[in-house]
Amino acid sequence: MMRLSTDEMARRVAQDIPDGAYVNLGIGMPTSVSNYVSDYKQVIYQSENGILGVGPAPEPDKIDPDLINAGKQYVTLLKGGCYFDNAESFAMMRGGHLDIAVLGAFQVSATGDLANWATNNDKFPPAVGGAMDLAVGAKQLFVLMRHTTKTGEPKILEQCEYPLTGAGVVKCIYTDLAVIDVTDEGLRVRELYGDNTLAEVQALTAAPLLPPL
Amino acid sequence: MINKICESLRAAVADIEDGSVVMIGGFGNSGIPMQLIEALRLHGARELTIISNNAGTAEEGIASLLRDRLVRKIVCSFPRSSGSIWFERLYEEGEIELELVPQGTLAERIRAAGAGLGGVYTLTGYGTRLADGKETKMINGKGYVLETAMPADVALIKADRADAWGNLVYNTAGRNFNPIMATAARTTIAEVKTIVGVGDLDPECIVTPGIFVDRVVAQEVQQHDAA
Repeated sequence: MMRLSTDEMARRVAQDIPDGAYVNLGIGMPTSVSNYVSDYKQVIYQSENGILGVGPAPEPDKIDPDLINAGKQYVTLLKGGCYFDNAESFAMMRGGHLDIAVLGAFQVSATGDLANWATNNDKFPPAVGGAMDLAVGAKQLFVLMRHTTKTGEPKILEQCEYPLTGAGVVKCIYTDLAVIDVTDEGLRVRELYGDNTLAEVQALTAAPLLPPL
Repeated sequence: MINKICESLRAAVADIEDGSVVMIGGFGNSGIPMQLIEALRLHGARELTIISNNAGTAEEGIASLLRDRLVRKIVCSFPRSSGSIWFERLYEEGEIELELVPQGTLAERIRAAGAGLGGVYTLTGYGTRLADGKETKMINGKGYVLETAMPADVALIKADRADAWGNLVYNTAGRNFNPIMATAARTTIAEVKTIVGVGDLDPECIVTPGIFVDRVVAQEVQQHDAA
């Protein structure tokens, strides 16, 4: 089967981000989406710690230790960008002002439930950050994740086994095998990479998949 | 004469009592009052409840308070950043209580406390484990969770510049939780890089009006850049 690399997955998501969008990228894999958004588009990135207009990493001699993104990496501010406090930052999310959030996930359900903040291991402390606020607030929520766990278990399930971040919030799932839309009819495959077949992808998915339209 | 300038970091935290609820501004190491935290650690108040976005990393900041076993409970959104060894150790030993709060809800509970509200209804967390046991309400067809205001005894915050009236401006993304925490504590103490004369801050650009700030203390050594 054809499996996209992490960079290829990020590039695929970037193609679906429209010109003029206000976008929040979650920590980890989603952060690299900004590397692949075409220069012909103007996209404004929000970082939940209080930045609109996040720019690329600074030159080593231009680091401002306070100027970091949500993943705590040093960043810069684009011309026209601004800073704000956390209450205002989350008002942007919950108030429905943010067009797209791209988040990682442990599991996604057939109805677009998202689980990405806690496992069922009580010894392992949970951490939620801004994920629940983004899940309910962004106009569209994209999930970017590998199709299966490291041990090959499906991450797309009839119902999430892990505690939910939000119910019915995911609009689209970008994996290393396919692009899948969450629709009223169910999970509909929009795109299969390479020669991947619906049957092959279905075999690695624990919820029914509808064929591409 | 209003003069909120405190002579030393040590004096600024000297009256913080055992069992206090202490807000600490910052997001990771951005905009965090490292020198006030170190003064608090040396002051040695115990059984503290800390409200902050993170639980500290390595041996510095909030992690040093955990290491010295001064903290009974922590309220935060993201306790396990890479390097949060002291939080992870105490959590595994059952030596610290964690109240996990979504980041936007943390901000809004703090803001509510500072604004004299009893709480807020938020969409965030509805239908999840973090809403267990909380009052919910349907408003215009959507489910909301009642999140109550979260005040503190003391807020330790970090700003870039201040004047003797306690007016504050911040540095870039170091603003984060600092302005809202300033409003929500009985005593707000600001660590600042520079103190300027009253009237020298542009009134159009003051982020935290001095009414919210009780004490201002200048950093005693220039903080070296984390780079």
